[in-house]
Amino acid sequence: MRTAERDKMVEDIRAARPAGLARAISLIEDEAEGAGGLLEALHPHTGGAHVVGITGPPGSGKSTLTDRIVKHLRARGSTVGVIAVDPTSPFSGGALLGDRTRMADLATDKGVFIRSMGTRGSLGGLSRAVYGTIKVLEATEKDYVIVETVGVGQSEVDIARVADTVVVVFVPGLGDDVQAIKAGITEIGDLLVVNKADLPGASRIESTLESTLNLAPPRVEPAPKILTTSAERDEGVVDLIDMIVEHLALAKTTGLLACRRRMRAKAEITAILTRDIAKRTEISLSEPGADWYERLQDGRTTPGALAATIWRKLVIEEYEGVEDENSREASPGDRRGEHRRSHEDLL
Amino acid sequence: MFDDKKMREIEECRKRWEDGPLAKTINRFPEMKEEFKTLSGTPVDRTYTPEHIADMDYARDLGFPGEFPFTRGAQPTMYRGRLWTMRQYAGFGSAEESNQRYKYLLEQGQTGLSVAFDLPTQIGYDSDEPISAGEVGKVGVAIDSVRDVATLFDDIPLDKVSTSMTINAPAAILLAMYIAVGEQGGHGPGALSGTIQNDILKEYVARGTYIFPPEPSMRLITDIFAYCSEKMPSFNTISISGYHMREAGCTAAQEVGFTLANAIAYVDAAVQAGLEVDAFAPRLSFFFAAQSDLLEEVAKFRAARRLWARIMRERYGASDKSARLRFHTQTAGCTLTAQQPDNNIVRVTLQALAAVLGGTQSLHTNSRDEALALPTEDSVRIALRTQQIIAHESGVAETVDPLAGSFYVERMTDQVEEAAREYIRAVDERGGAPAAIEDGYIQRQIQESAYDHQKAVESNERVVVGVNRHRTEEKPDWEILRVDPAIEQRQREKLEKLRATRDNARVETTLEDLSKASAGEDNLMPVILEAVRAEATLGEITGAMRSVFGEYTAPIVL
Amino acid sequence: MSEGRIRVLIAKPGLDGHDRGAKVLARAMRDAGFEVIYSGLRQTPEQIVSAAVQEDVDVIGLSILSGAHNHLFPRILELLEEADAEDILVIAGGVIPEEDIAGLEDLGVSRVFTPGTSTSDAIDFIRERIGA
Ligand SMILES: Nc1nc2c(ncn2[C@@H]2O[C@H](COP(=O)(O)OP(=O)(O)OP(=O)(O)O)[C@@H](O)[C@H]2O)c(=O)[nH]1
Ligand SMILES: [Mg+2]
Repeated sequence: MRTAERDKMVEDIRAARPAGLARAISLIEDEAEGAGGLLEALHPHTGGAHVVGITGPPGSGKSTLTDRIVKHLRARGSTVGVIAVDPTSPFSGGALLGDRTRMADLATDKGVFIRSMGTRGSLGGLSRAVYGTIKVLEATEKDYVIVETVGVGQSEVDIARVADTVVVVFVPGLGDDVQAIKAGITEIGDLLVVNKADLPGASRIESTLESTLNLAPPRVEPAPKILTTSAERDEGVVDLIDMIVEHLALAKTTGLLACRRRMRAKAEITAILTRDIAKRTEISLSEPGADWYERLQDGRTTPGALAATIWRKLVIEEYEGVEDENSREASPGDRRGEHRRSHEDLL
Repeated sequence: MFDDKKMREIEECRKRWEDGPLAKTINRFPEMKEEFKTLSGTPVDRTYTPEHIADMDYARDLGFPGEFPFTRGAQPTMYRGRLWTMRQYAGFGSAEESNQRYKYLLEQGQTGLSVAFDLPTQIGYDSDEPISAGEVGKVGVAIDSVRDVATLFDDIPLDKVSTSMTINAPAAILLAMYIAVGEQGGHGPGALSGTIQNDILKEYVARGTYIFPPEPSMRLITDIFAYCSEKMPSFNTISISGYHMREAGCTAAQEVGFTLANAIAYVDAAVQAGLEVDAFAPRLSFFFAAQSDLLEEVAKFRAARRLWARIMRERYGASDKSARLRFHTQTAGCTLTAQQPDNNIVRVTLQALAAVLGGTQSLHTNSRDEALALPTEDSVRIALRTQQIIAHESGVAETVDPLAGSFYVERMTDQVEEAAREYIRAVDERGGAPAAIEDGYIQRQIQESAYDHQKAVESNERVVVGVNRHRTEEKPDWEILRVDPAIEQRQREKLEKLRATRDNARVETTLEDLSKASAGEDNLMPVILEAVRAEATLGEITGAMRSVFGEYTAPIVL
Repeated sequence: MSEGRIRVLIAKPGLDGHDRGAKVLARAMRDAGFEVIYSGLRQTPEQIVSAAVQEDVDVIGLSILSGAHNHLFPRILELLEEADAEDILVIAGGVIPEEDIAGLEDLGVSRVFTPGTSTSDAIDFIRERIGA
């Protein structure tokens, strides 16, 4: 991608122009050429949104809850980005993305941007797409970014857990309540929401959650809070939002936020490296005419030595042109000041 | 049914035939397919014998027409006493135009009316609301107030003709309008006969014209049950419909299972609201599709009757009168093809025949051009003639339940009943139909079947003449019926005039009363009737309830 | 955008609730490897276009059986143009009379599929046009 093109895209994003913004997200999701550069260019403008992860079992009402949350946030004058992740079919690589249907009347609200995403499945690809999209939405100066993922796969749960505030949704009557709780999903939540409180059984699962928490080993982070909602009837949602806001305020003072953001940054860097290493490894080992296996057989080389070769190549070729930290420190004229300011607002 | 000795003889005979003539034939001329299946995917045997129905007990499982379990018919003499009601679903454009079409149909020998409403009416919007733009009068008649209903039935004797109205979420309002128009013509509610569809659960599942969430919707339905059981003894208060689920792609057994599961939910709701089963259940009616697999469909209708009778007795201890399933049938719209539209006449004939052999109480036959647009008058006439030819020329109406005793049909009847019972059990396990709809179970089942069917057609495993076999290239120059777009403007003007000439203060009061009553627990029918009499519009009345009940968003099940 | 997956918005404009066709098509497309966003029922042209833009779809599939296509489709195409998204391929299906098709195609609908069309026709058409 040429610099001019990239600048135009950054400008579109900064101005929150829907079409340009949407294309930028596709670029990142597709890991198309230029995506890395774009993210680099956007980086100074990121960090300004309160990122809320919402996860929980399929059909627990995450999207409905998101819809209600967004409406209340809008009424308070905030702008919101939503990233809604649904599983990709492992057979066809296609996906049915249905979360938007629950948020249909948000479509025309200019202060809201909703993007659906399939998990797609390449190693760490989902994380990279989601982190990238969070950045793009932050660069449009959204006050909140909500990430909805289904709490089934590890990568989905991982994504939710690096949000500033993590909401885990439970529902009565989804069969074996206790199993879901045992599966450890309670541990990642800052707020545990029992949704569909209008249905019977809500108080039972609430008390199950309570006793699970009481039995849980002590943790550094504050113990999760439990509350009930009925997204369908828009009950308890305002309380939930208040608690989300409160959680962030507290997280700032306790250093929890810094810790989460650090985790997110770490996850992002890891995701980039994982991809690049995997790609490079694949290319090196499947080059036509590659004789590494023969050499391995002959004892001329070892797996460790082969890996080292690939690693070196990766460093030299893959990151050619990408400024590393040292060169960055020295280069004046980036807009990091701006970035820092917005970051400090939060901290 | 057969004694052991005879059964052994039959078995011996069969084995001899299988090893002898059959084996020889198959050796030389293999069958065309490895597995033969009904349209719904049930495996079909080469031939059926008494062995297939060895467990059948005539008195218990079949009985006589008009008697429990009603397998052989809802009524002792069936078509020897009176033919089924030929009832063509019709309506488009304005009340004036539809009134013309109804009179035409009555002149042609149709015996009951069936009103189609446009989508804004079905979803409770007036013709002048922005959301109605482009939809007014399109798939049915546009109704905004009681004045339109008066025009719709102008010159039609409401005490003589029975009227079926395909209206669900706002069923109470349209029923009230019908009552009000009856009163204007000097007929009290007790003199009116007909049916309102009033089946909200299948709207959530398959048809999509819902307004309110399940709870208030169920309350409106039980209010209608209660009101009619007192005031309208010959009105069918609901038409519990499998048709739309079948159209959405489900199988014959699913159609029966899910329809009866919905019916159970209505009965439960009414019982919970304090009604006596036998006070309202005799006025429940049903509505099924007639698909093209003739014998499977006949079995389906018979199975539905028997299963409902058993359920009503087992679950509610209901009287035989309450246990008797009466149904309307429509031929399956989804089988109509845009390719070679005249072929549709033949499809409709087969389907109509299935309905009659299955003992339907009333029948709508689709017109050949409905895959293209609204049917023209010519096409509607052919569709009606199809019924008349079956009635008077085919001979199938001369005796009751002529296919009874066919080993195949009896076996298939058992199978459909059994499979439908399984679906009802699955729905029960999820806490009943409303819960099973909420968690998407019913929709998922239907979609799976629809998708399987589509794949079978696309892989040519299932032949659709004119579509994946025996195609012709020419494109027919087809004359189609168009709704005059000016209708929207005319409805708008009528509304303006209405608002200028009615007693607006009275409208306001009645609407306030309705909001209040909606928040309370009293029967809403009398309050709605007052608002209708005051000439409040459909949109206003629905609006008053919307403000209290809220609106439903469907779970999207993919 | 050849590197990405084909993204499609299946939308139901207008008030009709018959979504068998839309859902069967959505599933077939998923099985063909597309990412399919389903809009749900009763979508206004504004909602459809806004969703299509935000989702950066390659294709919008409109399914309509109510007969309101001549009213709703022009509005959708107009809004797409306003949103700088007229490059999105628009296809349609449902009960649409033969004689309306030419008019809709002139407006910018790339293809109208009538009842009885196989899902693979629609999928092949998209593949051919999008080139992925
Ligand atoms: N009774 C009740 N139903 C609810 C509530 N919240 C959501 N639902 C229903 O639950 C179903 C699923 O809701 P969604 O919001 O799509 O749930 P989800 O968790 O986003 O689902 P996936 O994204 O598919 O995992 C829908 O039918 C909602 O109407 C609630 O508070 N009470
Ligand atoms: Mg969701």
